[in-house]
Amino acid sequence: MRDSMPILLIEDDSVDAMTVKRAFKELNVANQLVHTVDGEQALEYLRSESNKKPCLILLDLNMPKMNGIEFLKIVKADGTLKRIPVVVLTISKEEQDIVESFRFGVAGYIVKSVDSKKFTEIIRTINLYWILSELPSVE
Amino acid sequence: MRDLRPILLAEDDSVDAMTVKRALKDLKVTNRLVHVVDGEQALEYLRNESNKKPCLILLDLNMPKMNGIEFLKVAKADEMLKTIPVVVLTTSRQEQDIVESFELSVAGYMVKAVDYKKFVEVIRTIDLYWSLSKLAEQEEEEERGNEDARLNANTAHRG
Repeated sequence: MRDSMPILLIEDDSVDAMTVKRAFKELNVANQLVHTVDGEQALEYLRSESNKKPCLILLDLNMPKMNGIEFLKIVKADGTLKRIPVVVLTISKEEQDIVESFRFGVAGYIVKSVDSKKFTEIIRTINLYWILSELPSVE
Repeated sequence: MRDLRPILLAEDDSVDAMTVKRALKDLKVTNRLVHVVDGEQALEYLRNESNKKPCLILLDLNMPKMNGIEFLKVAKADEMLKTIPVVVLTTSRQEQDIVESFELSVAGYMVKAVDYKKFVEVIRTIDLYWSLSKLAEQEEEEERGNEDARLNANTAHRG
C-alpha cells in the first residue's frame, strides 16, 4: 500500500489468515499485518492509543462474538475510525451481505478464492488499487 | 467491468471527461459511460427512475454548483444511493479533501495523472479492482434483465 501504516486483518480462520500473510510476503507488501480474530478484538486494537492506526482494514464477515457487519456498524459510527477504508474479504456471496456491507460504506467486497494462485492475484489487485489511492491520515 | 450497468462520471472539465472516455475505450471497458458536469446533474440522473443506476460513480471534487463533497453528503445520506461505490478522481491532493472524502465513505481517492499512459493505468486498476469486487444490486428486476441479456449474448455467441 501507499501508506507505511499497518494493515488490520480481521479473520477468525487461522488457515485463511495464514494465506493472506503468505500472499503479502510473496507480493513483497511491506506493511505490517496485524491479525485479530473477531470484531471485538479489532475494536480493542483500534481503540488502544498505543497502537498505530491501520491504513486499511481487511474484514471477514462470519466471525464469532462480533461479526463483520456488527463491527462495521460501530466503526462507521466512530468519528475517527470511520475514515479508514474497509475491504470485505469473505466466502459469502449472499446479496444481503453485499448490500449491508455497502450500506455501511465498505470500499470493496471481495470473495475469497480457495485456489492459492487466484488468492494471491486477489491480494495483488487490492494492493495495486490501494497503492494508487490516496489514504487519509488517521490521528 | 464484470457488471453491465453504466458508470457515472461527474466531471465539469470536458477535456478530462474525454480522457476518461478514451481510456475506457482503449481498455475495452464496455460499460456505458454517463457523463454529468456537476453534483446537481448527477443527483438528477440518479433520482430519475427511468435511468439505470450506475454500478460505480467516478467523482471529481472541484465542480461548480454542487461540488464533489456536497454531492457525497447528499448521496451517502440517501438509502437508495449510498450502496453505490464512489471513487474520487481529482487533481486535489489536499489532506482535507482526502479526509472529508473518506469520512463520507468513498471507495478510493485517485489523483489524476497528467500523463495519458499513467492515466490509463489508473483507470485500468479501477476497472480491475471493481471487476473483482462484488457490487450491490439496485433493482432486482434490472439485474435479472442483465442476467437474461448476458445469457442471450452467450447463446447468440455460441449460435
